[in-house]
Amino acid sequence: MSGQGHRTPSAPRLAVWKFASCDGCQLSLLDCEDELLAVAQALDIAYFPEATRAPIRGNYDLSLVEGSVTTPHDAERIQDVRRRSRALITIGACATSGGIQALRNFADVRDYASIVYARPDYIHTLATSTPISDHVKVDFELRGCPIDKVQLIEVISSFLARRKPTTPSHSVCLQCKLKGNVCVMVARGTPCLGPVTHAGCGALCPSYDRGCYGCFGPAETPNAPSLSAQLAALGMDEDALRRVYRTFNAQAEAFREESERHDE
Amino acid sequence: MTSRTISVGALARVEGEGGLEIVLRDGEVKSAALTIFEPPRFFEALMRGRAFTEAPDIAARICGICPVAYQMSAVHAMEDALGVRVTGPLRDLRRLLYCGEWIESHMLHVHMLHMPDFLGYAGGVDMARDHGDIVRRGLAIKKVGNEIMTLVGGREIHPINVRVGGFYRAPRKRDLRALAERLERALEQALQVARFVAGFDFPDCARDYVFVSLRHADEYPFNEGRIVSSRGLDIAARDFETHFEEFHVQRSTALHARMRHCDAPYLVGPLARYALNADVLSPLAKEAAREARLESVCVNPYRSIIVRAIETIFALDEALRIIARYEEPDASCIAIAPRAGVGHAATEAPRGMLYHRYRLEADGTIADAIITPPTSQNQAMIEEDLKRLTGAFVHLPEDELRHRCEQTVRNHDPCISCSTHFLRLEIDRG
Repeated sequence: MSGQGHRTPSAPRLAVWKFASCDGCQLSLLDCEDELLAVAQALDIAYFPEATRAPIRGNYDLSLVEGSVTTPHDAERIQDVRRRSRALITIGACATSGGIQALRNFADVRDYASIVYARPDYIHTLATSTPISDHVKVDFELRGCPIDKVQLIEVISSFLARRKPTTPSHSVCLQCKLKGNVCVMVARGTPCLGPVTHAGCGALCPSYDRGCYGCFGPAETPNAPSLSAQLAALGMDEDALRRVYRTFNAQAEAFREESERHDE
Repeated sequence: MTSRTISVGALARVEGEGGLEIVLRDGEVKSAALTIFEPPRFFEALMRGRAFTEAPDIAARICGICPVAYQMSAVHAMEDALGVRVTGPLRDLRRLLYCGEWIESHMLHVHMLHMPDFLGYAGGVDMARDHGDIVRRGLAIKKVGNEIMTLVGGREIHPINVRVGGFYRAPRKRDLRALAERLERALEQALQVARFVAGFDFPDCARDYVFVSLRHADEYPFNEGRIVSSRGLDIAARDFETHFEEFHVQRSTALHARMRHCDAPYLVGPLARYALNADVLSPLAKEAAREARLESVCVNPYRSIIVRAIETIFALDEALRIIARYEEPDASCIAIAPRAGVGHAATEAPRGMLYHRYRLEADGTIADAIITPPTSQNQAMIEEDLKRLTGAFVHLPEDELRHRCEQTVRNHDPCISCSTHFLRLEIDRG
């Protein structure tokens, strides 16, 4: 992973960048145990500080960006990353919708700082956590908290093959039906965000007898108000309805709007 | 007087972002500072107002590399507040999930993050060009850890199956049994890894550490136990805040921690766990430690890579033991009624002890949360290590010295995202 030109000179140069996040999405790349070395042969992994100490050098053919923008420094750094990148793909809920840390967007960040830190005056942070696309042009957004590693391999392969990634934009509901799961909401009355949530996880939660909690963010054309009526019928109060949309993709438009409909 | 500053911009092969600055004066290390500039994410604040049931999913997002540790600390603290105790197969399943995380995290650190320092490579993929079989072996063991996480937890990063009181769905006996053969194979490979890393060329050094870890009478600790130290501390998790405190320094978005009354830095993690619990390792792990010539208390931080390999052997062994005796529980979860209360828990993340405390309202809403991750606790000790260990290397050329400093930090596998919070090296030689 040195970028020292061990590979054919034509191998595309990959960089992996991190902004405010848990490192989980870039870890997905290291979790591709069977594919990692193949990826490393097809690409020159030129900058990936979680995995290698090679320095930032020059420009990159593909940048994978994890994390959201939460500091003035990062707001400038993402501009530099964009300038150095031929293609820029965001990976994960933080980079595509602001992440769990975007809960500050609904609160006063000074209150948050004073709850966590004895000296909030030492903390330099923005009042908001925003997705990468709020700052620079993004070529493709891969959803998920965390991303699905099979989808990550698809996105990297499609980049190498110069084609559009095939990642579905329909709802978790459809994946659940395809999997042959019994509907947890219809059969058991378990509240589930599956009808409005973007596919990608393989309908994981319903497969484990739990309702979807929305970690891939809103599907392409969600009808959240309609789902909320059903969730209310199952016993969720306004406070619970607001919270259910306000988790790892709270700043994604459809979830934000629906959560705000249930603000006092 | 000649002086210089050595700085590492962004420390590589660690989780999260940070830097370090070392000031040298007349060939001696004057000061060493770890600066964690990971943007703050305010988890303790955003927990407020959420239901107790939501804490495991939210806490997992603190760290992508040890989400199980955060989930386990959260569920145990909640159960403490709500007067519930999880026993039998559900408790075993939690230990099994923890085995998966230790195997996955330790093998990632050993092969991709730490081993390249000993063999002279920038990273694991680089190293794979000359040592393909070694890297593939490490990844194969790691993969089995991830398979445990996926089967028990639903997925390897941010498992979805953990809940206060147990699990959403208990795995089938036959699904777990199907893992046993791959675990046996991984165990054979892990024994080879321990032999291999034991043969590395380690800098000769010894540090006078105060070790802190959990201690359980008859188990190597994951989820439960008393908090003990190498200096005789022996307390329940609920007394953590009486004996330890976090404080805030200007250069870091991660809080530091120290022991009250003695103002001394302390060390959590594999070295501490091993020093305080080696007697309850499995016979196979004990045998592997003997074969690797691991002293009963290891005070050379560079040798922590051996301890991680031994703990991986233990985790594989333990996983096999749990799977062999597993019987599917009648229910995947204990029913829980909310009530007001305060709950505490400490568990052992791969990189060290983690403490959570929650106060709940009568309806189960979180009123406040305290989360003390391992990296915060180790930060002061890592700075001590830099101060004491890099002194022997100051004659080295800048590049080598910088590399040695980075390695000294990586010994402790600090997780900076955890500290909600890792590394840049600046060396000031004046």
